[in-house]
Amino acid sequence: MKKWPETWKEYNTGGIVFEPGSARSFKTGPWRSLRPVWDNSKCIKCGVCYLFCPEGCVQEGPDGFFAADLDYCKGCGICAHECWPSAISMIEEGHES
Amino acid sequence: MSTLTVTPNYATGLVSNFDLFAGKLVDREEYFSCGHRACQGCGEALAIRLMCKALGKETVIANATGCMEVISTLYPTTAWKLPWIHVAFPNAAAVGAGVEKGLQVLRRKGRIPDRDVKTVAIGGDGGTVDIGLQALSGAMERGHDMLYVCFDNEAYMNTGIQRSSATPFGASTTTAPAGSASPGNRTWKKNVPEIMVAHNVSYVATACHSYPIDFMNKVKKARAVKGPAYIHCLSVCPTGWRAESKDCIKLGRLAVETGIFPLYEVENGEYRFTVEMPETLRPVTDYLKLQGRFRHLG
Amino acid sequence: MTKPVGMEVAVAAAEAVALCNIDVAACYPITPNTHIAEHLADIVADGRIDAEYITVESEHSALSAVMGASGAGARTFTATSSQGLMYMHEILPITPAMRLPVVMGLGNRAVSGPINIWNDHSDIIMQRDSGWLSIFADNGQEAVDMFIQAFKIAEHPDVLLPINVNMDGFQLTHVVEPIVFPTQAQVNKFLPPYKPFASLHPDHPLSMGTLGLPDIYTEAAKARDVVTVNAKKVIVQIWKEWEKMFGRKYEPVASYKASGAEVLLLTMGSMGETAEMAVDELRKKGVKVGLLKLKLWRPFPFDEIRKAVRGAKLLVVTDRAVSYGGPGGPVCSEIRAALYDQPNRPEIVNYIIGLGGRDVRVEDFMKMVESAPKAKKSGDAYQIYGVRE
Repeated sequence: MKKWPETWKEYNTGGIVFEPGSARSFKTGPWRSLRPVWDNSKCIKCGVCYLFCPEGCVQEGPDGFFAADLDYCKGCGICAHECWPSAISMIEEGHES
Repeated sequence: MSTLTVTPNYATGLVSNFDLFAGKLVDREEYFSCGHRACQGCGEALAIRLMCKALGKETVIANATGCMEVISTLYPTTAWKLPWIHVAFPNAAAVGAGVEKGLQVLRRKGRIPDRDVKTVAIGGDGGTVDIGLQALSGAMERGHDMLYVCFDNEAYMNTGIQRSSATPFGASTTTAPAGSASPGNRTWKKNVPEIMVAHNVSYVATACHSYPIDFMNKVKKARAVKGPAYIHCLSVCPTGWRAESKDCIKLGRLAVETGIFPLYEVENGEYRFTVEMPETLRPVTDYLKLQGRFRHLG
Repeated sequence: MTKPVGMEVAVAAAEAVALCNIDVAACYPITPNTHIAEHLADIVADGRIDAEYITVESEHSALSAVMGASGAGARTFTATSSQGLMYMHEILPITPAMRLPVVMGLGNRAVSGPINIWNDHSDIIMQRDSGWLSIFADNGQEAVDMFIQAFKIAEHPDVLLPINVNMDGFQLTHVVEPIVFPTQAQVNKFLPPYKPFASLHPDHPLSMGTLGLPDIYTEAAKARDVVTVNAKKVIVQIWKEWEKMFGRKYEPVASYKASGAEVLLLTMGSMGETAEMAVDELRKKGVKVGLLKLKLWRPFPFDEIRKAVRGAKLLVVTDRAVSYGGPGGPVCSEIRAALYDQPNRPEIVNYIIGLGGRDVRVEDFMKMVESAPKAKKSGDAYQIYGVRE
């Protein structure tokens, strides 16, 4: 198992990255200062928040409601802004809703 | 004449007849993974994500140097789940042309499986309308079976928001800044879709991530063309446009509803608008006032 | 063995490339390499090989396109000269970095300015540090042989680096020479089909051409440097295989009447054949002179140079490019570097010759050898031979 940073012998030939989607190993969650919170009582399960997330981190749960994967959510606020029934609020990190 | 009444919802910026639940029909597969280093609220990253959903698995991407290339493939990781190649800044279309011919001949010679694999070349406005224009023109003229998508955030964003020929009139960029002796960018946006139509590209379209179903439908349509196709996708850059990240989708919508960036497609020379526009175009100031790059105009 | 045929060398080069069953070629015309591009296009148009020929709109796009095709897993070829190579320069170092085994034919031509379409080595010299492997043909037979060897060298699993085959523009590309072509069966035996170690296909998605941050760039450079240096072993081995199969010998530093020589002349490229005649003439006059012909330029054959000059008192190095304000002709400055630490090294005199297509005759080579001691006394690092004062 290669450890980062690699030695020159470990460097993949041609700098090729063979593992698709390996960017997931980098957690962008710590970037944010605001976090989206869903009020499922208002949610109409339209999926607009899922559609408009630039990270693709808002995903549908088994119950049909949506939530952001907080390992990656950058807190941009797009989902809250686009939410049709205004079911999403952006709250400051470090504060509970 | 459409009987559908369009009532803009100014409070949230949504348009009432937006196909609200269409998102649930979209392919749930993510081909552009989390963990990419785009700014928060990056319209271009969203556009890439949506484009890949429309393209599907049987695709090879040739990417120009730019924001999307840099934020997605920091060795040893990649956000891409599609086969992907990057070489340099001006040559996405040329590299794509080579990939297309390579796949074509390898399939013919039986060295790769006998299936259609689409080559798609992508670049920002820098890598397409300026430094990349020659390669784009050459590839489109030669008739490669390739889709080219330009992600236009209206400046050379990756290097620090410098002016490109896609920068709109009056915008302040770092190389054409607004100052006491200058109004910012003095020229109008170069009309690259028209240049593509002049190349006899059979399918040319403008798109925006704020109209995701329209964009994805156009990608699907362009992908099905056996020959060159071109999509010019307006990509909101909150960082470079000095806007709030949450307004990313709203700004794309405003660009369309003010008439600044019309969404249309040209199929074999026939022009057609592809989204319902408001009965009266919205005032341009609604769009400009949300962006710091136009603040000096106020 | 086939009968020798008289053929223009550039045309023969295209025939050699066709024997290698390339998949994709993208060539942009520039004098004097145009005949390679044109004849290869003829071959494809006549269906003699099954390949895609992309009539790109610039040399920059030519190399970009073949890199894309190579990335897809195709065997690729391009050709250019001078300003075309300069236009490709942005892309040139990326090809070896991405380990794409592209083969390029070069009709060496002077670099502008002033604009000049005739032969010297300034075009390839300007790409010295790009990381491409570089070999030089002295005559038409060597050109044909080297193109076939080039594919095998580039695609070797221990190499996977792009390679250029250098032919002097006009002086070699446009002359008609007797050429013995290997048969298709022989080439098929010598050159196996190309099996890329990685390729662009949805069955195995990967990312090529990724971003290298400061914490990895040095390691990437080291990895590349090691493989470039080690490529010499593979080149020598492939040249030995070629000799076994076809009877024609190739070495990084070839010699002509060099054993026991006190003075050695050194050339790179087709002027070596003229120099051979000068050596013959000088030997008739009793001068103990020999000739070294550099065939491998990159990776530089340090050991072979050191071995070849042993015993000589004077080495007259001829260069066909100027490094303005620099330490001398490029070949000479590399030889000086190779010999710096050697305890018994010959005196070195450097003549820069044949710039922009200026002819260099047998008498000129003889004059260079004869006036070398005087040139040495002048203390100049290099002399531009034959300049009208």
